[in-house]
Amino acid sequence: MSRAWRYLAPVAVIVILLGAWELAAQWDWISNALNIQDFLVPAPSDIATSLWNDRSLLADDFWVTLREVLLGFLCALAAGLAFAVILHLSDTLRRAFYPLLVASQTIPPVAIAPILIVWFGFGLGPKILLIALVCFFPVTVNTLDGLRSVDPQLITMMRTLGASRRQILTRVELPSALPFFFSGTKIAIAVAVIGAVFAEWAGAGSGLGHQILIASSNLLTARMFAAITLLSVMAILLFALVALIERRVVTWDSREVTRT
Amino acid sequence: MLTRTRESTPDAAESGRPVRVSGLSHSFGELEAIERIDFAVEPGEVVGIVGPSGCGKTTLLELLAGLRSPDTGSISVGGHTDPAGRLEGCAYMPQRDLLLPWLSAVDNAGLALRIAGASKSAARAEAGGHFERLGLSGFEGTRPGELSGGMRQRVAFLRTLMAGRPVLLLDEPFASLDAITRAEMQSWLAAVLGPDSHTVVLVTHDVEEALYLSDRVLVLTPRPARVADQIEIEGPRAGDRAAAVTSPEFAELKERALRSLAGAAR
Repeated sequence: MSRAWRYLAPVAVIVILLGAWELAAQWDWISNALNIQDFLVPAPSDIATSLWNDRSLLADDFWVTLREVLLGFLCALAAGLAFAVILHLSDTLRRAFYPLLVASQTIPPVAIAPILIVWFGFGLGPKILLIALVCFFPVTVNTLDGLRSVDPQLITMMRTLGASRRQILTRVELPSALPFFFSGTKIAIAVAVIGAVFAEWAGAGSGLGHQILIASSNLLTARMFAAITLLSVMAILLFALVALIERRVVTWDSREVTRT
Repeated sequence: MLTRTRESTPDAAESGRPVRVSGLSHSFGELEAIERIDFAVEPGEVVGIVGPSGCGKTTLLELLAGLRSPDTGSISVGGHTDPAGRLEGCAYMPQRDLLLPWLSAVDNAGLALRIAGASKSAARAEAGGHFERLGLSGFEGTRPGELSGGMRQRVAFLRTLMAGRPVLLLDEPFASLDAITRAEMQSWLAAVLGPDSHTVVLVTHDVEEALYLSDRVLVLTPRPARVADQIEIEGPRAGDRAAAVTSPEFAELKERALRSLAGAAR
């Protein structure tokens, strides 16, 4: 398979799907099949038109949602890292809190979003809190796994060189855990955008999630799709940014320091 | 209390410190690993310990290094008998090089200096000063992933040396290398250890390596490990390894060691 084709193949698939959708929408195949009004099924060209015509409205909502996502994500990063280190350093605390950590993940964010709105109102606070809650688990669990998977012989080697517990943590365990931390971070950034939509649906005055609700109740389906496209673009860009940072930071073969 | 204080502050400037082991036994549950071993290492002496695989050689070094406490018997390393003191009195080089892949060769070598509180530049200058002698010049900034097996072992050895401890405990330092590189590394280590260097305990399953590098070789029995034989090697370590290991005297010692090993295994 040639290099050019490797990049062209996925692009070709997307172009073909968009083309098929465009034709099916233009010729009213979809609306006839679903037995609905034809204006309810926007073609990709309609969505592109909406993206352009509603650009200032959508841009405002984009920045609102991006701000929520970044703030919530960064809070989860700091808290998750600190929590993982604490649980790693204390066996007792790890045994006490780990089941709770897993249990917390079984509560759907869509269920707690309305409670957070009732308690904290319609401001930025409850959105950051919900996004942080959904991001916290992957960051914490992955970082904790990374800290615990360090080759025990490396720890022994550090001890023979006179390293303290803190030095073992900062010089061996934390660098070893970095690839795990980034894995958790990549999962977290993808779910952060989903969390933001739930938070805005529960109660908000702006944001892309809020825009989807408003457009839906006004049957502005092209604008709904435009907002969804922007949410997807946001998640992909943030994911790519984290992957780029990871490639700049983790420049070694991480398998060398983990238990095999 | 007074003696304890004196014991835990050894004079680091002293070139070598003896290792003394008496009546040492250790078992893991039902499994007896070491049974009543006695030996001593004089200051500046290199003692090789050979034995069949799984006879408890690594356990013995871990006991010496203070990483384990023995069931019975006493161990003294550089005057320290407690595990924490022993850990501070010696530098332990494990079988695997265990280099940190995110640090350059010189930063790996200077790890002990950084742990002791030296600045990054001071540690680099001090560890880097030994690179030429160890045949590593030009590789200061190279990450371990791009170094050959022999070079990695030399960086790991330098890291052990830079801990600045009077006693070196080497656990099969060249076991992971191919035969040709291992021979090169043995010549190299013989030159680095020199005459009046550190007190060294070298554990290996390679009889030739032990006889070539050591002043005295202890042959251990299979598990539980006991001392089957002690072989003194006369004269200084020869610079020319090829000539040394093919001499008739060396062959005689090798035969004796191999027979001791075989006899012990029966």
